[in-house]
Amino acid sequence: MKLSMRGIQKSFGANHVLKGIDLDVDDHEVVCLIGPSGCGKSTLLRTVNLLEKIDAGTIYLDGELVSERGVDANAIRQRIGIVFQSYNLFPHMSVLKNLTLGPIKAMGMDRTIAEATATELLERFGLGDKVHEYPDRLSGGQQQRAAIVRSLVGDPEVLLLDEITSALDPELVGEVLSVIRELAGRGLTMVLATHEMGFARDVANRVVFMDAGHVVETGPPSQVLSEPHEVRTQQFLARVIEGGRL
Amino acid sequence: MQSAPPESPLTPPSLTGGLRSHLDEEGARGALIAFVSTIALFILALVVIGGSENWPTVRRSFFDFELMWESRGPIWEGFTTNIWMFLVGQVAIMALALLIAVMRSLKGPAFFPVRLLAIVFIDFFRGIPIILGLLLFGFGIPALRLPGLPNSAVFWGLVVVVLSYSAYTAEVYRSGIDAVPDSQRLSASALGLTQWQGLRYAVLPQAIRNVIPALLNGFVSLQKDVALLSVLGVREAVREAQIITGRTFNYSPYVFAAALFLAISIPSARFADWYTAKDRARRSQGAGQ
Repeated sequence: MKLSMRGIQKSFGANHVLKGIDLDVDDHEVVCLIGPSGCGKSTLLRTVNLLEKIDAGTIYLDGELVSERGVDANAIRQRIGIVFQSYNLFPHMSVLKNLTLGPIKAMGMDRTIAEATATELLERFGLGDKVHEYPDRLSGGQQQRAAIVRSLVGDPEVLLLDEITSALDPELVGEVLSVIRELAGRGLTMVLATHEMGFARDVANRVVFMDAGHVVETGPPSQVLSEPHEVRTQQFLARVIEGGRL
Repeated sequence: MQSAPPESPLTPPSLTGGLRSHLDEEGARGALIAFVSTIALFILALVVIGGSENWPTVRRSFFDFELMWESRGPIWEGFTTNIWMFLVGQVAIMALALLIAVMRSLKGPAFFPVRLLAIVFIDFFRGIPIILGLLLFGFGIPALRLPGLPNSAVFWGLVVVVLSYSAYTAEVYRSGIDAVPDSQRLSASALGLTQWQGLRYAVLPQAIRNVIPALLNGFVSLQKDVALLSVLGVREAVREAQIITGRTFNYSPYVFAAALFLAISIPSARFADWYTAKDRARRSQGAGQ
């Protein structure tokens, strides 16, 4: 078991966002979180790498309790990559600097090794000619691919992806998803919050449907997306089909 | 905005850039109107001022060029003191203000005392008129005869100006820090960087670039405010002019000193304008991508 979450609760003021989430992710598993906006997908991802403190519950990474007080959050974050909807590249740094900042400063990786790793990864994902460009010279799809590569340079054990295609123009979604497909093929453990149901069906080992801070239904994509047991899942998918996204 | 061809952001516009492109737009007829009306206003001013009953007296006491020429030595000497005071002051202000702004923007309960200290500092030195601070520190602290510290008025006067300006400038930096989206800090944390590393590598470089125009403006203002040290008897340009005026009962040395200040501050102000315009062009270009 790579990742194990039990009874995760999180509130922002009076807003109870996560109401006791249980979720396990196996090694090399790809789990897609689906559900309406505001259901808690993004918040759940952020609690995994401790960007949000949980109010109750436990999180285990590789059998190690990481949700306790006194755990070095920065050290945990180096083992878990996260990519955001809005890329969040640093605009004042070249792509290469963006990619190597974390490994060099946080992990103490040697600069030449970090740069070689970053350059190699950029080449593999079709950004070999963008190494020294600044983010604002890149298209949205290229920026998001660069952001994904940034999270890979430190060789994370788990990659979290928070609606990484939601801010992209439709014609740019494909190039980003193909990167994820390749990473899934290489056996990287991933948890994705996504609205791309077709992609979830394609790439996920397991789909988790969340609503109003609860996990409503979980199972293989063929079952959850085609023959959901729960009424709320059925309603959600009906609306998604209506919107033409499945 | 206007039909004139936009200047390339790569070639620096001339110092009168805004004015010139305005004239281009209006064409030769516009230039003629601008020229004639400027001359007319100038002549009118000469007639009104020159025709006033007391103008000959005023001209003698304020525009005695011979006295100005005679007093150029000490006033220029004093002005070099102004120059090094505002250069040293500016460097100290930029460093101290950045430190205070960073202290104030550290997050988390552990940093509460640090934030409190920064806030108390800012409130205190923003709340005291510089001139009062100068009188209190400039005369008070040397009187203590603290061991190991200089007792000169110029040192303590400069300290007061630096502290006072730093309180303002810290708020300038803070507005720059606040203008960097939170997602940048989040992104730095997600890479495993500590809060300090996130500030140092991700937030501050962007924040400082945000506030350079405001810092330049503060620098123009500082150039004039170091003259306040004359109340402590520091022999800078205003003080030297005052001495000569006291001896000759003629105000022309003040006018000469004023001209020296203008000779520095006007180019600085134009440079700040030019930089701000260039920075705006860079931003709107970046946003268009």
